[in-house]
Amino acid sequence: MKRLRLVPDETHIDFFKYRGLTFGISCVAMVASVIIWATMGLNFGIDFRGGTTIRTESESAISVADYRAALDPLGLGDVVISEVFDPTFEGTKHVASVRIQSQDEQESVATDTIAKVETALKTVDESVRFTSVESVGPKVSGELVTTALLAVGASLGAILLYIWLRFEWQFSLGAVFALFHDVLVTIGIFALLQIRFDLATIAALLTIIGYSINDTVVIFDRLRENLRKFKTMPLVDVMNVSVNETLSRTLMTSGTTLIALIALLVLGGDVIRGFVFAITWGVIIGTYSSVYVAKNVVLWFGVKRDWSKPDKSAGNQFANIDA
Amino acid sequence: MLHIETWKRVLIWGLVVLGLLLALPNAFYSRVETYNDAVAANGGDDTGVSGWPSFLPSGLVNLGLDLRGGAHLLAEVRVTDVYETRMQGLWPEIRNLLRNEREKIGTIRLLTTTDGTLKVRIGNADGMPEAMRLVRTLAQPVSSLTAAGTDDIVVTSAGDTLVVGLSDPEKEAMDDRTVRQSLEIIRRRIDEVGTREPTIQRQGTDRILIEVPGVGSADELKSIIGTTAQLTFQPVVSRTSDGSTPPGPGEEVLPASDEPGTFYVLETVPVVSGEQLTDAQPTFDQNGRPAVSFRFNPSGARKFGDYTAQNIGNPFAIVLDNEVISAPVIQSHIAGGSGIITGSFSVEESTNLAVLLRAGALPAGLDFLEERTIGPELGADSIHAGQIACLIAGVAVLVFMFASYGLFGFFANVALMINVGLIFGLLSMIGATLTLPGIAGIVLTIGMAVDANVLVFERIREELKSAKGPARAMELGYDRALSAIVDANITTFIIAVILFLLGSGPVKGFAVTLGIGILTSVFTAIWVTRLLIVLWFERARPKTIEV
Repeated sequence: MKRLRLVPDETHIDFFKYRGLTFGISCVAMVASVIIWATMGLNFGIDFRGGTTIRTESESAISVADYRAALDPLGLGDVVISEVFDPTFEGTKHVASVRIQSQDEQESVATDTIAKVETALKTVDESVRFTSVESVGPKVSGELVTTALLAVGASLGAILLYIWLRFEWQFSLGAVFALFHDVLVTIGIFALLQIRFDLATIAALLTIIGYSINDTVVIFDRLRENLRKFKTMPLVDVMNVSVNETLSRTLMTSGTTLIALIALLVLGGDVIRGFVFAITWGVIIGTYSSVYVAKNVVLWFGVKRDWSKPDKSAGNQFANIDA
Repeated sequence: MLHIETWKRVLIWGLVVLGLLLALPNAFYSRVETYNDAVAANGGDDTGVSGWPSFLPSGLVNLGLDLRGGAHLLAEVRVTDVYETRMQGLWPEIRNLLRNEREKIGTIRLLTTTDGTLKVRIGNADGMPEAMRLVRTLAQPVSSLTAAGTDDIVVTSAGDTLVVGLSDPEKEAMDDRTVRQSLEIIRRRIDEVGTREPTIQRQGTDRILIEVPGVGSADELKSIIGTTAQLTFQPVVSRTSDGSTPPGPGEEVLPASDEPGTFYVLETVPVVSGEQLTDAQPTFDQNGRPAVSFRFNPSGARKFGDYTAQNIGNPFAIVLDNEVISAPVIQSHIAGGSGIITGSFSVEESTNLAVLLRAGALPAGLDFLEERTIGPELGADSIHAGQIACLIAGVAVLVFMFASYGLFGFFANVALMINVGLIFGLLSMIGATLTLPGIAGIVLTIGMAVDANVLVFERIREELKSAKGPARAMELGYDRALSAIVDANITTFIIAVILFLLGSGPVKGFAVTLGIGILTSVFTAIWVTRLLIVLWFERARPKTIEV
């Protein structure tokens, strides 16, 4: 039977030929992400900035200008109205999202503000329904930011420790640097495209960390095995062998995961689109970074080659004789 | 690899069957839900309830608010509210104590405070040490494990003013009690309304998370739990039309609820309060207007009886949440401890008031920090979209795997389907909540679950290249892929645990599905697929295999 093969049985691609270039691109992407993040800022959802989002649904077409005209006299400060489009909506379904900043000097949620907005929108369109109303007070949103940062930090720390225990510190640094790269570049793309950044996005970031580390560990595992097998081969060559040997698996797994995610991205509805987009992007970046970032860092630091015995003869010129 | 002991085979199949049985009710969701409701209505007894065989498990995966629609509230309990009431309760005792020593201390006067302390000015500043000693005798040990041995009140002085406040350990212990009490009362109120599967949890030290599916809006939920319904009966000092009348010490000015512009000056310490109620029912007064009847417990009834006997001809006020509902004049001695509250109620209001009074008053006010309402139609849309996406994702992965690995891919596919079944089985068993990100978690698991199989299959392919026999190649494939599988999944599992610990709501739901997905996918990939392959190998005994 003819099998589907994503890559030939044997590959000898030199992944590290342009390692200066690829690693350079990664570093530039990271710096660019930080710059975009700093200049454009993230489009925070109400989870992090406080405020209210109201999702409206109507049979008739939505005019953002009319909505705005109805809400302006209320003097609510920053109001963002956007129409939501989605391939899963049927013809007569029109959805908009209204975001209102958190009102000053109010720790808790402003119920009367929501009621005012709903009444104002009803005057524009009789048939409008409010399918979801979410409010977060400024007190909680501040705490959510702290928790989110804590979650990302704790994950990176835990992985640093685990890989260190299971492998070597060079691997651990390489893996965590790659994860850092993934997170930063994802934040960069969210800032660049101004996609809404909320609690679900943080969950997505952590999932990306989980997926990317999965990939990195599989290649590290093969590298560890090959380092024992080819004791005299230069490190860069052992790495190439390892990446080539696992290439088929890497592409298969990324492939199946991407197929599943793209189905969800297209058909899963607009409510979780941002979340799924982050994960999809992360799977691609994570696959890339496992090879081009994590390995490069390990290459940079070098690896102690003799795994079986403690390195008693460090500094001795006969160090490798009985290896 | 090719030899798996019989007991292991039985165990593997046993776990698979058990997991799938647990998942089964979810395939008949609405039917099982109706059945469960009927059983619950029957007092937990399933005899005579039809619709679902009673020997089958009937646990379902709970649908999160984002899928089913409902309201979510995060409330903060104003714990400091209680301090003031507590200190005011102390005043009569302090007054009696100090009055007896008038020669040494001089006259005493209560000062108005707002910071939860009690300030008393004494006429003779030299008597301060004696006054402080006396008040300290009222101190009681704090009733908590961590701060045993410390006193509940702190007595200090500033010039001729004696300041009595609560000690920090006592405040802590009180905060805890206040929040627990609030939690209990909120639960009782929501149960009275009878909605299905509400989540009422304490979060942190002074917060309560309330999630109720099927409620139309967060406002509706707030009106069920929101009003404090603090009922008190207080002596009336005077009646006025000026709301800014300065009240004397130990007095307060409250508005009348049904007559705008009318205010009552009342004594702050109530004769009886809502905690002493044993029952409250909606009823009608002699004019046919809606009213609420109530009954006190024996100690409340005695106090109420004594007070009415001594104050015939004087008005007293029925105060609900700092508004005077009515202020009737006491006509006669009311001995039985029951009566009715009249006011300008609608039938619905009197019913609600009765519910609130029965459930008891919240000890402190609530601030709402977060509220979310999700309409049921949005949830239904999300489920629908999620189902289609899962189906397409699943089919695509199955086709892809079969095209890549042939027969072995088929085995992996069987294991994948078992895997999804097991996820639902486990989620039902622990009563977890499926949220929208949770569905994404399942889809992601579908994609990643094949990873372990792919690792093994690719490894077998490699081992076959070095020209070993098929049996040996498969054995080595499983052995050598194991460390990668374990390391990769443990790291992802760590992430799931962190997400679970730090996340809330939908994110937590995602963490649970991700974590369970990792467990089941490792189990199915390592054991189920292997068992399937071994069964096939034992039967077919192929000379060569193609992976």
